[in-house]
Amino acid sequence: MGNKVLMKGNEALAEAAIRAGCRHFFGYPITPQTEVSAYMAKKMPKIGGTFLQAESEVSAINMVYGAGGAGVRVMTSSSSPGISLKQEGISYIAGADVPCVIVNIVRGGPGLGGIQPAQSDYFQATKGGGHGDYHLVVLAPSSIQEMVDLTADAFDIGDKYRCPVMIMGDGMLGQMMEPVEFKDTDVSDLPEKEWATSGTGMKRKKNIINSLFIEASELEDLVLERQQRYDEIIKNEVRYEAIDTEGADIILVAYGTTARIAKTAMAKAKELGYKVGIIRPITLWPFPFEAFEKALSSGTKKTFLSVEMSMGQMVEDVRLAVNGRADVEFFGRTGGIVPTPKEILAKIVEIGGAK
Amino acid sequence: MTHETIFAGFGGQGILFAGKVIAYAGMLEGKNVSHLPSYGPEMRGGTANCSVIVSDEDVASPIITEPANLVVMNGPSLDKFENAVIPGGKIFIDSALINRKCERDDADVFEIPATQMANDMGLPKLANMIMVGKLIKETQMFTWEQLKGAVTKLVPAAKAAMLDSNIKALEAGYNY
Amino acid sequence: MEKVFKRPHALSDVSFHYCPGCPHGIVHRLVAEVIDELGIEGDTIGVAPVGCSVFAYNYFECDMQEAAHGRAPAVATGIKRALPDKVVFTYQGDGDLAAIGTAETVHVAARGENVTTIFINNAIYGMTGGQMAPTTLAGQVTQTSPYGRDIKTQGNPIRVSEMLATLDGPAYIERVTVDTVPHIKQAKAAIKKAFQMQLDGKGFSLVEVVSTCPTNWGMSPQESFEWMRENMLPHYPLGVYKDITKEEN
Repeated sequence: MGNKVLMKGNEALAEAAIRAGCRHFFGYPITPQTEVSAYMAKKMPKIGGTFLQAESEVSAINMVYGAGGAGVRVMTSSSSPGISLKQEGISYIAGADVPCVIVNIVRGGPGLGGIQPAQSDYFQATKGGGHGDYHLVVLAPSSIQEMVDLTADAFDIGDKYRCPVMIMGDGMLGQMMEPVEFKDTDVSDLPEKEWATSGTGMKRKKNIINSLFIEASELEDLVLERQQRYDEIIKNEVRYEAIDTEGADIILVAYGTTARIAKTAMAKAKELGYKVGIIRPITLWPFPFEAFEKALSSGTKKTFLSVEMSMGQMVEDVRLAVNGRADVEFFGRTGGIVPTPKEILAKIVEIGGAK
Repeated sequence: MTHETIFAGFGGQGILFAGKVIAYAGMLEGKNVSHLPSYGPEMRGGTANCSVIVSDEDVASPIITEPANLVVMNGPSLDKFENAVIPGGKIFIDSALINRKCERDDADVFEIPATQMANDMGLPKLANMIMVGKLIKETQMFTWEQLKGAVTKLVPAAKAAMLDSNIKALEAGYNY
Repeated sequence: MEKVFKRPHALSDVSFHYCPGCPHGIVHRLVAEVIDELGIEGDTIGVAPVGCSVFAYNYFECDMQEAAHGRAPAVATGIKRALPDKVVFTYQGDGDLAAIGTAETVHVAARGENVTTIFINNAIYGMTGGQMAPTTLAGQVTQTSPYGRDIKTQGNPIRVSEMLATLDGPAYIERVTVDTVPHIKQAKAAIKKAFQMQLDGKGFSLVEVVSTCPTNWGMSPQESFEWMRENMLPHYPLGVYKDITKEEN
């Protein structure tokens, strides 16, 4: 059984961040992610770290910007409406090339919406959210174990490419308990951040953390340089799970909590004689286009079924990936309703025809 | 084999902990488990519930819409979940707190006056463990030894007195 | 020949972009002189705002971060919590500090965050071309109060130093100006004391500098100071509003 412990998603994520060397956390309460803050509030003072409850999400993300700029591993966590408030700060952080980790435990929207699980922030997370030419790396775990493992990766990716990284879960992953095992990670020897504003010590020229560039040509050069880093991320960091896609007639595409449910529907459909596979994006940006190339390479006719807790947001990326080479269908529930395996199975039967 | 159980009652009855004992025991036996509590304003009205799955397979959705087992410790919870239980499922009722009878005739209904028993035993906060004991006895989800082992690991060593009480309560339920 | 007046080391060797007669240059110099005199340049991180002093990161030789509009106190908090042994200051104007950033300002003060804020109050938005600020006086004409600020519809000017002094968090708050040599000397002493408070771990310190905007006020620098003395100082009186070292004695 190893060293498994039974932990709530939000708490496991906080513990994983601490183990990844995060000693600074700035948050603001919002359901269903508040346990992240509560866990940090309990743990940080005991390990010489900082937990600070900011006056707003706006302030919290700017504290993250300050601390990240000063060179430490830093995280904030919120849920959909709070993430909307953070968008200004996220854009500045991206524009100033400051690494940090932002957690979104998504709930139903728009507006105040609800507090039940949703995936309706996909557009916001993967297509911008804030203003300007930038991307977030977006990691979408589908179990608490994966959430823990990806948290360590998130800090590493952020530091390596000097970019903000989002971990996107949903209310269910945040609130549920599952067995989880923490892997030993050595963070005693992280590379030095020579760009950080940590004081010149009168030994070097000053560092400036900034996203303002009045000269258009200077700004363009910087955006182009950042784009090269994005290209590296696309080359190196795409993650996905693909099961039985090559022989399948119907390929489910689902991430996070929804992927778990889709897998149950897939198993039931196979019992009924349908040839079904699944692509589960783990990085939502960069989107795993290569998984679709592999699936399409078999040449047989396929239908892709995007299953989401939204009105159809990821399905647009599925269409881009398929690019007219196969049919794309969509099934989604929204508002905090989690789809059931039965509903997904019914859609599979509708697409595949009665057997 | 998959066991899907909903625990429901008032806040303060130890509903979430009862669910945690089952999930924890499942984890110790190498099963796949999940524990999903109700959260947010839903909890502020004083009711609490959690869904616990113990399975040999991967746990897909941790949400249980049609439980095989229902453990209820107040009237509103019986009203809310009674009809969701699958035909042939098991319903465990704290009959000390729920006055009415269960109306399902296609499910096995077990009435345990757990809160009364707990009070009589001088363990007023452990009616939840009495219910858990009965649940395990009737479902055979775990052996008695496995259940006892899980609670022993779950209760902090510093609170050895609490451990004895918990085991007494589980035993009372198991043998009821 | 002996050099008797030179650029402080902490002030970068570049030309300011500020308008002729703008007091920002004086205040920048005072901050740099204080950093020199305290010997803290290598340990200081400054936070620049959005407003006329948005390019302040180009003018100080210490490490600098540029904040979003109004967010400098939050950014400073993040830096200070990451590097508690370093010296962190923000340099902000009235729109940044007292309008869009009011929440950040009040809470950095309420927390007693051990950072220093230099607050330039010239009662107008300069960078965007002279709009009404939260500190614009009643009746004062700006681009967005063309008939004079009507307090019935446009609200009252905020006295930031007095407001923050009601909080328990701040260690030191003083309002100064830079229109005369004695006032400039006083302003420098206040800035130095504010930084010293931070070095001594006393908590939040703020120096409000009542200032001018000759360009957007449509006056000569000299007239601006006269207008400031006649109109602003009565509403924004100079003086110490909070000093916990005095209270301690």
